[in-house]
Amino acid sequence: MAHRWGMAVDLDRCTGCEACVVACTAENNIATAGAEEAARGRAIHWIRVERYWEGEFPDAKLKFRPVLCQQCSAAPCESVCPTYASHHTDEGLNAQVYNRCVGTRYCANACPYTVRYFNFYNPSWDKPLHLQLNPDVSVREVGVMEKCTFCVQRIKAGERQAREENREVKDGEIKPACAQACPATAIVFGDLNDPESQVSRLAASGRGEKLLEDAGAEPNITYLKRQVTA
Amino acid sequence: MSKVTAEKMTEDLLRPLLKTSWHFYVLVVILGGIVSLGVGAFAYQVNQGIGVWGLNWPVFWAFDITNFVFWIGISHAGTLISAILRLVNAGWRRPVTRCAEVITAFALMIGASFPIVHLGRPWLFFWLAPYPTEREIWPNFRSPLVWDFFAISTYLTGSVLFLYLPTIPDFALVRDKTTGWRHTVYGALALGWSGTTKQWHRLETAMQIMAIAIIPVAVSVHTIVSFDFSMAPVPMWHSTIFGPYFVAGAIFSGIAALIIAMAALRKFLGLELYLHPVHFENLAKLLLMMSLLWGYFVFNERLTTWYGNGPSEIGVFWATQRGPYAPLFWTMVICNFVLPLCILSFKKLRTITGCVIASIGVVIGMWLERFLIIVPALSHKFLPYAYGNYRPRAPEILLLIATFGAMGLLYTLFSKFVPIISIWELKVGEQPELTEPRETRDEAATLWRTHP
Repeated sequence: MAHRWGMAVDLDRCTGCEACVVACTAENNIATAGAEEAARGRAIHWIRVERYWEGEFPDAKLKFRPVLCQQCSAAPCESVCPTYASHHTDEGLNAQVYNRCVGTRYCANACPYTVRYFNFYNPSWDKPLHLQLNPDVSVREVGVMEKCTFCVQRIKAGERQAREENREVKDGEIKPACAQACPATAIVFGDLNDPESQVSRLAASGRGEKLLEDAGAEPNITYLKRQVTA
Repeated sequence: MSKVTAEKMTEDLLRPLLKTSWHFYVLVVILGGIVSLGVGAFAYQVNQGIGVWGLNWPVFWAFDITNFVFWIGISHAGTLISAILRLVNAGWRRPVTRCAEVITAFALMIGASFPIVHLGRPWLFFWLAPYPTEREIWPNFRSPLVWDFFAISTYLTGSVLFLYLPTIPDFALVRDKTTGWRHTVYGALALGWSGTTKQWHRLETAMQIMAIAIIPVAVSVHTIVSFDFSMAPVPMWHSTIFGPYFVAGAIFSGIAALIIAMAALRKFLGLELYLHPVHFENLAKLLLMMSLLWGYFVFNERLTTWYGNGPSEIGVFWATQRGPYAPLFWTMVICNFVLPLCILSFKKLRTITGCVIASIGVVIGMWLERFLIIVPALSHKFLPYAYGNYRPRAPEILLLIATFGAMGLLYTLFSKFVPIISIWELKVGEQPELTEPRETRDEAATLWRTHP
């Protein structure tokens, strides 16, 4: 059976440490914008930890929510792209084909989660980060959109490995960089078409909720809502 | 109307083509300079990347798409108004139609350049067009940007034809009045026009077909432009009012542009005998009506948003009503509604100067309207963490100024090489007994022979 890749994020477990952000940046050759450009809103983070304060000082509480591409089943970004740069794969991923992208930025506007990022300039890296680029991931040139791929290079590698060993992909075998780096194991990745997978069980649990479900994009990431209010 | 003889008409209206004053060269140099600044800004942006603009995450569109929508809107002046006036056979249209149709053609060219200019990789713009390619991928026909491509190319083709057809007899007139290279060039443009009854009949039929066909095209074009927004699930964009709202706004800004262009032509080409205060007054009444319609649409849009109090929409709503965009919003209301209402409601103030002041206000206001549709919505989408703001930088401001320079330049050059007022239509109109189209045609044919 075909895979449908999905994710569960446990908001009770997330400590807001941003290890996922660092891991993602390293894994996916995300360019460093520099302080000045970042202040202009040009920094790229395929995954970000959103911080929200609840209550008034001194009883203020800080809440975290890691937000990345929700790999929607009815993705608004895909239908608006004139060149099919943003398109749906057989495994339910929202793929971004950099070579097809002409940079209308329409997908970024249509995305309810604002998780698409634009290369305002050609990419550059603060030294010595330019020496640690991942050879499995393409570097994006000026004028194209990019976003979280669910670490498609790791998915493909895992599937290839399983095929060579004549077996199915085991649950938990494939981990995107963010899930691998999360010290609290708040991020769980897996196949939603396998009802026994950890991610399927978590998504079906009573705590599961979708981000901005009203937007109608049918996201494939389930957030497990907070139980403890401490 | 006045008692201008056909000979005087021909002489007056051909003068700009045959005599060139130094004013013309100065104007062309100034406007050309402004346009080349814009071209320079574009070259800089292509070389460096869109980063030289003020765009950011999450405001991925701003001046670029504002200019696009604004100029496509301006283009609704001409063809649409001219087609409607032709169909209802409004006699006062005669000196107005060509000035209007030219605006359409040029505003469309300027507007349609922005979907290319704004691309991250503009050198690949042709990927938006369907053509046989080794990539074996068609454009995505679900994308409103691809609909834009078809809508605008249809409208541009139609408008250019609509402009060209009634110019043929005038090209023939210029051909017959000139010698040398002018004779050759205008002869080619006149397509062998000799003014036979058969030719007049065919021209009339063609104009009738074009006038009817171009109206639904014009309405659909700005509706499809509005679909760029209303098809996306963005707060305040995803709205059913956008189609008619955009079309009304387009005609509104178009009439204003037409009034300004006519006033400029009247002054600089000395066309006081042909463009009368009554033409301005009639257009001003149309402008006033569109201003009221515009106000009605804005009121509807704002009231339902406020009353509905949707969590994401209301963020955009307050950002424009009393937040960071409030100064621009209220300037827009003054320019588009208060100012035209205060000036154009009173007969005494509906002078040419009054009309021009109101029109300048409307042009500014409508540009702001397009900006305020795009930027506040993008900077206040669903997740508050992803709120943003926007400030333009020099290259985009230069591009905006250059669009006006380009309009001025193209218009100046056009009125230099083509009679900006339809000479034959004016001559026909000067014959009061000619009201029936059939007679008009025969009589026009006679006129042609007597006053070549």
